Amino acid sequence: MKTTECDIVVVGVGGQGVILISNVIGKAALKAGLPVRGAETHGMAQRGGSVMNHLRLGCEFGPLVPAGSADILLALEPAEALRYGHYLSRDGVALVNTYPVLPTTVTTGKSSYPPLEEILAPLRRICRDIKTLDATKLAATAGNPQTMNVVMLGALSKYVPLQEETLIEALSESIKAKYLEVNRRAFALGKGEVEL
Amino acid sequence: MKEYLLGNAAIARGILEAGAGVVTGYPGTPASEIVESVVPFAKKYDLHVEWAVNEKTALEVAIGASWMGTRAVAVMKHVGLNVAADPFMTLAYTGVSGGLVVIVSDDPFCHSSQNEQDTRRYAQFASVPCLDPADPQEAKDMCIYAFELSEELELPVLLRPTTRVSHARADVEVGRIKKRNSNPEFVKDPARWVMLPAHARPRHTELLKKQDMIKASLKNSPWNRLVLGEDAGVITSGIAGLYAEEAIKQLEIDISILRIGTFPPPDGLCSEFLEHVTKVMVIEELEPVLEEYVERLARENNPDLKILGKRTDHIPREGELDTLVVRNAIARMADRPLVEVPALKEAEEILPPRPPALCPGCSHRAAYYAMMKAFGKDAIFPSDIGCYTLAVRMGTIDTCLCMGASITVASGIRFGGEERDICCSIGDSTFLHTGLPGLLNAAYNKARITVAILDNSTTAMTGHQPHPGTGFTVTGEKTKAVSLEAVANALGADFVETVDPYDVDATIEAFKRAKEYPGLSVVIAKQACVISAIRAGIRRRPFVVNSENCNGCKKCVKFGCPAIEFDGENARINVLCTGCGVCAQICENNAIEVVD
Repeated sequence: MKTTECDIVVVGVGGQGVILISNVIGKAALKAGLPVRGAETHGMAQRGGSVMNHLRLGCEFGPLVPAGSADILLALEPAEALRYGHYLSRDGVALVNTYPVLPTTVTTGKSSYPPLEEILAPLRRICRDIKTLDATKLAATAGNPQTMNVVMLGALSKYVPLQEETLIEALSESIKAKYLEVNRRAFALGKGEVEL
Repeated sequence: MKEYLLGNAAIARGILEAGAGVVTGYPGTPASEIVESVVPFAKKYDLHVEWAVNEKTALEVAIGASWMGTRAVAVMKHVGLNVAADPFMTLAYTGVSGGLVVIVSDDPFCHSSQNEQDTRRYAQFASVPCLDPADPQEAKDMCIYAFELSEELELPVLLRPTTRVSHARADVEVGRIKKRNSNPEFVKDPARWVMLPAHARPRHTELLKKQDMIKASLKNSPWNRLVLGEDAGVITSGIAGLYAEEAIKQLEIDISILRIGTFPPPDGLCSEFLEHVTKVMVIEELEPVLEEYVERLARENNPDLKILGKRTDHIPREGELDTLVVRNAIARMADRPLVEVPALKEAEEILPPRPPALCPGCSHRAAYYAMMKAFGKDAIFPSDIGCYTLAVRMGTIDTCLCMGASITVASGIRFGGEERDICCSIGDSTFLHTGLPGLLNAAYNKARITVAILDNSTTAMTGHQPHPGTGFTVTGEKTKAVSLEAVANALGADFVETVDPYDVDATIEAFKRAKEYPGLSVVIAKQACVISAIRAGIRRRPFVVNSENCNGCKKCVKFGCPAIEFDGENARINVLCTGCGVCAQICENNAIEVVD
């Protein structure tokens, strides 16, 4: 029996704005009248580390998306997409920002960062659809590289059971008014990228 | 009206709707946002909100408020209750006047903690009631109920969310904020408030007598829910109840389920459940508190009952649960197929680890670099709890036990007979939390150690809360800024030097002088947290590598700043650079220059 309408896992690196867009999606769900559950990473796990947020739209159970059942994996960083790939359902969709953020284990030469294709291949094996976009570059095009998370939110908007206007409304309540325009551009660029 | 609230914000809302007058606590993940979420309402509703210097202080402040009739809360993380255990245990004897709720967030899986202790055990230990919410809405509703229960029983009540309640978000129905009780006053009653042995003995008797009252009150509460089905059943505590309900739906089976939200659990409802089933699975996180209760109750009600749980390895003894783990546990009991979802093998094979790390430009990294230069690898480096513990890879963190244990463990290592140099480190907030008695003890008992106070002028790890050294209160009001130098001097340290860790040579020299000092020496490495600095608008010019001078020696790379990369031949500074300039001082080839 189905226990949720849409399970989303948002992953990335501490500081990329994972929590902000997760909250935008959650607030939008509330506006749409859907029960919503979310879980966040705080504290020690945030300091430049790997971060995962859970979102369950139309769900009234626990906030954690069970492994193997995410409808959407929204990855703000490619390595993190693979790290949490097992959360994806076989019928799920992965939206992956292709721009890597190197962990200190790589910058200090202790580990190496794999090529993008090696990261994406196992994901292609396990899920229905993978959409890749260089959200970091698109954010720069929008006018502010920090809006990368909102580019990804725009891409996500094509897949969630929420109206675009509702997402934008929730977004505008979550950021300072002076940043709204650049964020709207970022959102539109992200959305455009998956319309192709 | 519904709001999309963080569990901790929902609890704060509960505090406000209950009409509390005093809110105090010490920051600690996963509890920190509770106090902070009350702050915006403080002025309008005449609330006293504070960051206390530690959890014992917080609880005692809350107790004072309660004893004079004001509803009060003390908020902390699970290990904070260890610090507050002294007042907490005797508080159960004295009882309360105004409702007193002690909110303690547990952290299964140690997401951001040094252990996985279970606060429900403390409730048993002190013989006080404990509420175990499953989600943010319930946490808020339970918080309001907890105040009423506390006043009804004249006992403190524990509210015990876990990480996945405190840091969950959900649509939460919010109500009206209540004004605090307007004219309370302290009523002298030595037999209640003065715990001399002659008073304590009858209060203990009183507490034991109250145990039946606790059960009678909780019996009528809405937090325990029974749905009878087949003769197999699950009994769950807190958030595990939601995992179990979802799992049962997914499995499409009709087993009985009893969700428990109160400790002690309701004997009547539990007996009804245990008499109905022949096989029961106990599903809870952390300690087998409910499981032990079920075993005890079953001995009376249903001795042949088959009890599955942590003791039978059906439920993991450690870590946290989720729907999948619980689904498989129930499937095993119900003879249904299991679902295994391993991590992708490539994720383990090809991905670089991404552990949390000190920020680019973090002054702690610079302080530890200088410490290692001055003391060398052979020295012993006890440390403490804060962001700086993330420097463990730098070799300057040899111990981390609990808040404030750096100076004391260092002293013990010296007194135990260690002859090598000892330099311990502790952050400013942690020093003021429980480092003070340790430094006093070290001075008094003549510990020949060096104490580095890493002063970034905030409580960074838990979200940048102010403390007595910062000159600001939780509401942003100006207050007395305590001088760490003066405190260290007053506690008996004769050698106290303050240095800017961004000045590498000066810091190395200060540590060298401290090392040579024939007694207790204190070095205060003072530089604002780089995140606070950026938020305050401080912008330093970033640095670049001049590849003509760079010989690829990797000295700067090994420093471990996330802003420094190695491209195969040369170091490279990326966009994360905050301009601290430490790497430029480390470079021996003058290859790192400030951007013009």
